[in-house]
Amino acid sequence: MTTREYMLGNVAIARGLLEGGLQVASGYPGTPSSEIIDTLAARKDRDYYIEWSVNEKVAMEVAVGAAWAGVRSVVTMKHVGLNVAADPFMTLAYAGTKGGLIAIVADDPSCHSSQNEQDTRRYAQFALVPCFDPSTPQEAKDMIPYAFEFSEKFEMPVIFRPTTRISHGKSDIELGDIPTEKAPANFEKLLDRWVMLPKNARPRHTHVLSIQQDMEDALAEAPWNSLELEPGAKFGVIGAGIASVYAKEALEELGIEASFLKIGAYPVPKKLIKELLETVDAVLVFEELEPVVEEQVKMIAQDAGLPVTVFGKTNGFVSREGELNIGSFLKALGKVFELPEEPESESESEFEAAGAGAEALALAPRPPSLCAGCSHRATFYAMKKVFGKDAVYPSDIGCYTLGIQSGTVETTLCMGSSISVGSGLYHAGEKRPICCSIGDSTFFHTGMNSLLNAIYNKADITVTILDNRITGMTGHQPNPGMGFTATGEPTVEVSLAELCKAMGAGFVTVADPYDLEEIQEAFKAAKEFKGTAVVIAKQPCVIVAKRAGVRRVPYAVDPEKCEGCKQCVKFGCPAIEFDEEKKVAVITALCSGCGVCAQICKFDAIGEVKK
Amino acid sequence: MIGSGANAGEAESQGESFDLLITGVGGQGAILASDIIGKAAVIAGLPIRAAETHGMAQRGGSVVNHIRIGAELGSMIPEKGADLMLALEPMEAIRYLDFLKDGGVVIVNTELVVPVTVSSGQASYPEVSKILEALSEKYTVKAFNADELAAEAGNRLAMNVVMVGAVSSYLPISKEVLLESVKALVPPKTVEVNVKAFELGREKVQES
Repeated sequence: MTTREYMLGNVAIARGLLEGGLQVASGYPGTPSSEIIDTLAARKDRDYYIEWSVNEKVAMEVAVGAAWAGVRSVVTMKHVGLNVAADPFMTLAYAGTKGGLIAIVADDPSCHSSQNEQDTRRYAQFALVPCFDPSTPQEAKDMIPYAFEFSEKFEMPVIFRPTTRISHGKSDIELGDIPTEKAPANFEKLLDRWVMLPKNARPRHTHVLSIQQDMEDALAEAPWNSLELEPGAKFGVIGAGIASVYAKEALEELGIEASFLKIGAYPVPKKLIKELLETVDAVLVFEELEPVVEEQVKMIAQDAGLPVTVFGKTNGFVSREGELNIGSFLKALGKVFELPEEPESESESEFEAAGAGAEALALAPRPPSLCAGCSHRATFYAMKKVFGKDAVYPSDIGCYTLGIQSGTVETTLCMGSSISVGSGLYHAGEKRPICCSIGDSTFFHTGMNSLLNAIYNKADITVTILDNRITGMTGHQPNPGMGFTATGEPTVEVSLAELCKAMGAGFVTVADPYDLEEIQEAFKAAKEFKGTAVVIAKQPCVIVAKRAGVRRVPYAVDPEKCEGCKQCVKFGCPAIEFDEEKKVAVITALCSGCGVCAQICKFDAIGEVKK
Repeated sequence: MIGSGANAGEAESQGESFDLLITGVGGQGAILASDIIGKAAVIAGLPIRAAETHGMAQRGGSVVNHIRIGAELGSMIPEKGADLMLALEPMEAIRYLDFLKDGGVVIVNTELVVPVTVSSGQASYPEVSKILEALSEKYTVKAFNADELAAEAGNRLAMNVVMVGAVSSYLPISKEVLLESVKALVPPKTVEVNVKAFELGREKVQES
C-alpha cells in the first residue's frame, strides 16, 4: 500500500534526502531553497548532522568534508549562493567525492525573490558536473536517491536544480522507504585526490573530461530523460525541467501529434536528441532561462548533418527571460506554425487588469513592506533624520531592502556588498557622508570581510548593522549572533560589537531603534567620527518577538489632540492610516506597540491604549 | 517555417479537474486555505498541484495561489484557465483576472486591506461597489464580508476558512472530506470556531 501526502516541493525534496540516506546537511538560507534545511532540522528523530552555515562557501566545504569522509551529504542554497560557493565547487569537480554529494541550488526565474535570474545549468556545464532538473515535486523527490547513487558511482558531486515553482509548488507525493543502514565515516588519505596541487589537478582535469560520455550514457538510460517518438510525426518538442510539463499539457490539450523529448538530467543525452532529429523536420526547444539544451541540439544537428529547423530562444520563439508557462508555449507554437496571433490585450504587468469594466479601475499597487513595528523602519527613520538627503546610502540583501521606501536604500548588489561598495564610493572621492545598512545574518555571511577591509583601508563611512536577532526574510533561521544552532541547541552567542572591535573598528555603539533619541544620538556620533564607525541597531524581529510571547500595549491616536499633520502617516507603518473625513490619523489593530510613532508625534496625540 | 500541418484536436474535458485561484494579501491565510483544499484532494484520492507565493510577497504584498484539482502535470493555471477565483480581498480579485475563464465564478470577501501605498497617500483605493460592478459584467460574482462571518463564528482570523466554506460547494470534493481536512490543519483549540466558519461561508454562498 502506497502512502500519499500533500507536500511543499521543498518538503518533498527533504523527504527524498531522507529516502536517499542523508548523513550530513549544510546550507545557507535563500528563497526558494530555505525550507529544505528547515524541514530536516525540525525533525525529532534525526540520524544525520545538520547545520545552517554562515555562508554558502562554508556550507559547501562542510558538505565536501563529509563526502570525503565517505558519507552522503547535501548542501542547499539559492542560485546566487553558488556564486559565493563557486570557488570550492569548481575545484571539487576535479577532486571528486567518495560519499555522494548533492549541491541543491534553487533557481528563481522571474526574480520573485532574487537580484538576478542566472541559470544554474550553466554552472553545471562550466564545472563539468552533472545536473538534475526536476519537472514536478514528485520527480524531485524521486531523483534525490538516484542522484546520491549516481554521485557515488562516478565519484562526482552533482547539482540538483529546482526552480521556484518546484520548491514552492505543492503536490500529492507518493512516499518511499527511509533506509536505516548507513556507511560509517572513514576519511581515506588519497592525497592525489584531496590535495589539488598543479601536479594532481592536471590529471584530475583529464579524468573529469574522460568520464563525461559515461555519465551522459548513464543519464540517457535514466527515467529523467525520455523520448516518445510519435509514428509519422515530423515535428518534435524538446522540453527541459519544469518547462516540459507546460509543453506536455499544451500538446495534450491541443491534441497535436508531435514527438516529445523530455530532458531532466545533464549532460544532455545526445543519443536521444539525435534519434529525435533523425525523424523530424523541425523541433521546438522549450526550456526556462538560458538556451542550454537548444545550443546542444543545434550542435548535434550540425555535427550529424541533419537538416532540422531548431526553434527556440536563439531565434526569438521562446523568451530567454523569466518563467515560462502554458501560454508561452502556445505562443511559441503559434509562431512556429504561423498561426495568426489572438488579438488579446498584452497585459504584462500584474498591476494591469483584465475584463471589460475592470480594465478601467486603477488598482493601487500592493508591494511587500516592512511589518508594523519592524525595527528597521525606525532605524531608517533615525538614519534619514541624522544623515539627511545629502548623504549616500549603500544597502544590502534582506527584509531591510524594503527600506527603499524610506529613502535609505540606494545600492543593493549582493550579500555583504553594502560596506565594500560604500568603501569604494568613499575612496572614489564621494564627499557626501556615506551610511551603509546590513542585517545581522548578512554581516556574518560576507559583510565581515567587507568591514575588515573598510577598517584596514581607512574608509570614512558609517556601517549600520540592523541586528534583528534572526535571518528574517527567508523565514527566521538562526545565525551565529543568536546563541543556538539550526536544531535549537544552545551554542556560543557571538557578539557583533566585540567582533567589530576585534577587527579594529574605532567606533562601535549599540542602540535600540525603538528609542528614537538613543538611535539618533548613535548616528550623530558615528557621523562625526573620522574613520569606519559601526552602529548596531539592536531590536528583535517583531514577528519573532510576538511568537516568543512578547506582548506590548498597542497605541492609539487621540483625535482631540491630532492636528492631521500626517507625520506619523509618512513614517509608513502599515498600522497607521489617515481618516480623510475627520482629518485625523488612526492606528489599526495591526499595531504591535513599538511606540515609535508616539515619539514622532509633535502634538503628544499618540499614546498607549488605556485598559 | 514549416506550415500549419499540425492536427489540432478537440480540447479534452477532464472528469474531476477543477482549477482554482486564491488571491489575497500576505498574512490573510491564503496558504492555509490552499492547504485545506490540497489535503482534502489527497484524502479524496484526487491528484493535486498547487503553486504559492512565499518570500517577498509575504510582507503585506499581493499573493496568488494556483490550485489544480485533478491535475497530473504542472501547477500553474494557464491564462483564462481558472474555473473559479476565491478573492480574500476585493482589489486582489481584479489584479489576477487574466487567469479566470470567461463566465467564471468570483467569490469575493468585501473587507478591505488598505495597502501602504494608499494609507500613505501615493495611490487611491477604488470603490468596492465599482469593483463588484466591474466583475459582474463578465463573471458570476458572490460577494460578502467574510471577516464579519468569521467574527460571528468566534474569531476574525478564521476568515480564510469562511472562504474555503464558501467555495466548498463548487469543488469536486465532498463537504465531509473538506471538513476533515479543516480539522486536521487548524490549531486544535480552534477546531470548533473553524468548523462554524466553514459552515457559515458555505451557507452564505448557497443561499445567494
